[in-house]
Amino acid sequence: MPDLLIELFSEEIPARMQGKAADDLKARVTNGLVEAGLTYAGAAAYSTPRRLALRVDGLTERSPDVKEERKGPRVDAPEKAIEGFLRGAGVARDDLIERDEKKGRVFYAVIEKPGRDAAAIVAEVLEDTIRNFPWPKSMRWGSGALRWVRPLHRITCLLSREDGSEVVELDIDGIASGRTTEGHRFMAPGAFDVTGFDDYEAKLKRAHVVLDAAERAEAIWQDATNQAFANGLEVVKDNGLLTEVSGLVEWPVVLMGEIGEDFLGLPPEVLQTSMKEHQKFFSVKNPKSGRIERFITVANRETADHGATILAGNQKVLSARLSDAKFFWENDLRVATTDGLTAWTDSLSNVTFHNKLGSQKARIERITALARELAPVVGADADLAAQAATVAKADLASEMVYEFPELQGLMGRYYSDAAGLPSEVGAACQEHYSPLGPSDDVPSAPVSVAVALADKIDTLTGFWAIDEKPTGSKDPFALRRAALGVIRLVLENELSLSLDQFIDMQLVRHKGHLIDEVSETDIDDLIREIAEHGVFGAAYLALKAKRDGATDGLVAMNGAVPDKSVDLLSFFHDRLKVYLRDEGVRHDVIDACLGMPGNDDLALLVKRAKALQAVLDTEDGENLVQGFKRANNILTQAEEKDGVEYSFGGDPKFAEHPTEVALFDALAQAESRITPAMQAQDFSAAMSAMADLRGPVDAFFEAVQVNAESDVLRRNRLNLLSSIRSTCLQVADLTKIEG
Amino acid sequence: MDQTITKPRSFQEIILRLQTYWAGQGCAVMQPYDMEVGAGTFHPATTLRSLGSKPWAAAYVQPSRRPTDGRYGENPNRLQHYYQYQVLIKPSPPDLQELYLGSLRAIGIDMALHDIRFVEDDWESPTLGAWGLGWEVWCDGMEVSQFTYFQQVGGHDCHPVSGELTYGLERLAMYVLGVDHVMDMPYNDPDAPIALSYGDVFRQTEQEYSRWNFDVADTDVLLRHFEEAEAECARILDQDADDPKTGKRIIMAHPAYDQCIKASHIFNLLDARGVISVTERQSYIGRVRALAKRCADAFVMTEAGGFAA
Repeated sequence: MPDLLIELFSEEIPARMQGKAADDLKARVTNGLVEAGLTYAGAAAYSTPRRLALRVDGLTERSPDVKEERKGPRVDAPEKAIEGFLRGAGVARDDLIERDEKKGRVFYAVIEKPGRDAAAIVAEVLEDTIRNFPWPKSMRWGSGALRWVRPLHRITCLLSREDGSEVVELDIDGIASGRTTEGHRFMAPGAFDVTGFDDYEAKLKRAHVVLDAAERAEAIWQDATNQAFANGLEVVKDNGLLTEVSGLVEWPVVLMGEIGEDFLGLPPEVLQTSMKEHQKFFSVKNPKSGRIERFITVANRETADHGATILAGNQKVLSARLSDAKFFWENDLRVATTDGLTAWTDSLSNVTFHNKLGSQKARIERITALARELAPVVGADADLAAQAATVAKADLASEMVYEFPELQGLMGRYYSDAAGLPSEVGAACQEHYSPLGPSDDVPSAPVSVAVALADKIDTLTGFWAIDEKPTGSKDPFALRRAALGVIRLVLENELSLSLDQFIDMQLVRHKGHLIDEVSETDIDDLIREIAEHGVFGAAYLALKAKRDGATDGLVAMNGAVPDKSVDLLSFFHDRLKVYLRDEGVRHDVIDACLGMPGNDDLALLVKRAKALQAVLDTEDGENLVQGFKRANNILTQAEEKDGVEYSFGGDPKFAEHPTEVALFDALAQAESRITPAMQAQDFSAAMSAMADLRGPVDAFFEAVQVNAESDVLRRNRLNLLSSIRSTCLQVADLTKIEG
Repeated sequence: MDQTITKPRSFQEIILRLQTYWAGQGCAVMQPYDMEVGAGTFHPATTLRSLGSKPWAAAYVQPSRRPTDGRYGENPNRLQHYYQYQVLIKPSPPDLQELYLGSLRAIGIDMALHDIRFVEDDWESPTLGAWGLGWEVWCDGMEVSQFTYFQQVGGHDCHPVSGELTYGLERLAMYVLGVDHVMDMPYNDPDAPIALSYGDVFRQTEQEYSRWNFDVADTDVLLRHFEEAEAECARILDQDADDPKTGKRIIMAHPAYDQCIKASHIFNLLDARGVISVTERQSYIGRVRALAKRCADAFVMTEAGGFAA
């Protein structure tokens, strides 16, 4: 059983691509080998900046001989059909055999595929892998046509057995396979031969290359934490950076340096970001003060002066970078404290947010207006929420955020505090972008919540207004994320708010900007009416009534808003379904609740769904659904037959049978529990009361024929069932429940 | 490795050593292009010569202007006028990385003491419709060069691929010479009878151009020049390939490309004057790119562009 060693030696592979490339190499080669009929015991892939390597242990020597029979046409089939079969199977007429089958005598072709040597298969699979490698970006070089991530220089491909190793011969666009590789570019220049994986790995280490990225990362982290610890400091953990740095070196040498005293006053996030983004340095923190005081850089070599020159150079570069950062910080602070954050907001009138949706400034104004409306609902002071919304994106105009976009929000908080704005405002600057991902924290401070909601609803309504909705996998404006953000903000803060109303208001604002004929006054009036009447349609009618029918320019907007609003709400519902499914809520339960009134109050919707799900898991739930379904089925059949809807409710005085009387009583009793429970939105209590109806319902059906001879009796019984139906439907559309 | 290489003593010595080194590697040492450009890439010896099938090897210094980077000569390393050293070899030789490292040795960087790294940095020039893959080269964490394998220029796939090296000369020299402020850097030999610093040569011009770039340049005139250059470029390329006077086939790719360079630089000036909004910016860039593409289309129809009649 030979072992396989492959190395693809190239110019420097981008660090971010190395890990996946190693995985892809392993997957593609091993899959190819298996598909060709070989088996193996184990495989592992490795990467350094200059190489991808793969070992496959215990490979079979040959693929097995395969004999395949293929069924052809009947022997009396037209000549053409037989010829076609011969061509397809690649056999001659004489090679066919005949067999009697039910439908007559049929030709069979027997195709024999002899097994092949591992070397031939490896060569073929490796060539295919190299030529079709899934690099995120690849290139050509020189005069060749081959594509690789950077110029590919060597292909090492060896099959090694106990008695020695053989080179698997292949030649890809002039790069011939061999047994030669190279070590560290500077510390061990020159090529050397290898005989198998163990020899390869050991010789590489002697040539100052640590093959395994995990081993490099481990060594870097060990050494970094040790050096920091020896100075009473600690390294700020950053796994992404550690992986990246491990991909930039073959022979890691950890060096710790000082940050100039001048720069220690910068916010720690600025120091950390600047050092990480520009220099790939780790930050080293003083655990007592929390300040970042030193940096760790990872060099790719040892030197005679123990890294002194390298460290001095890095320190110098860092100083230049931090001088820039300090310059930005001081300039920004000056603007924040003298002109205030609104000066930045004003300057954002020159910055386009989206060519149809206007400038960042216009966007901020819309968000501010909505934040003011949302404030009372989320328990925030309206003026404070509006003030926060006005400055929340001001830092986009600051020099620091221009340089480091990832510091947006955070810098806003620093500058807001520096300008002496209330701390709630600063917090909103920082938090209003959240939650960004499903695991990101959700803000809970009311002012932050108001601005965060307003920001996201404005984005969603804006792109809905211009018909830029997400399609399939395309969601360039991250609208799904924004909707999920709204959902999480509402649910995790247990906010009861009518989403429809705010969607309508903001859609009206957007439409007002988009449609020229609509005047500002009209928009303001309409938004006021929406605040009062809840939704666009009612508000529009109210405004029309107030103005004796004249809505002038608003006509241009009529129709468009309710349409989009319904569509956007159903987008929210779709996102909510996904969210709730992850929370373990059944899809039929969600569907049963979506059809209920007030479905734009997401907290209420979820409360309903969770209560229903909880009840369904109990005996009560089973009783509720079965009782309801039994009543509903009979009623529906009767309604279809009679062509009428029974909805009056029965009259107890026509009740004949004791079970019938009992059912009327039970229903009355249930109603008396359900009504207050529904008012208190105590869905569990309401459903428990409904569940208690099953006994009387079952007894009723046992004893009584609904379709009685007497028409009066029959109608009264159907009307009784309709009471049961309407009672049960108060909590959810139980017809949607499966099972 | 040559351990006997001495440290250079001045800015110009670094330039001279690069010239000597790349001449020794067989490059045609060219002179700067006589027009205002934003980077050495704009020199037709790179932009146009990277197109087509004909082999090429050139090295040159190119004065480069980035009006928005002006700091009145006060910033330690930002200048509105600076020098790039540019090498372009087509097809890119297999040992281009080694050749490049040789050039660092030549200017006195001791590989045994420094940490040289090739860090991913893909290059793209939206105005030239060009892109390539490569690295920024770090020396002890400092970016000292750009190293790019051109994949596309002026919308044309590069066949064969050129290898391009760009050194930011001031920054590199400051590092090698151990100078903290560019204006303090010795321009010629510090022991020369008339020793000149970079500041002696350029401080005043940095001030003058910073003022002009930011506050004085007449934007109406510039806007008109932009339009004129754009129109002239198109007009040149609209001419029949056959010259009626000589009867020869003369496609005027280079004169047209000059107009493209002009438009590009005027756009940079307008940008520095702050009269181009974010949305307009894209459209200006698109207009320059359209010119660059047409020039590239024209060049590949010429003899130097590999066209065989």
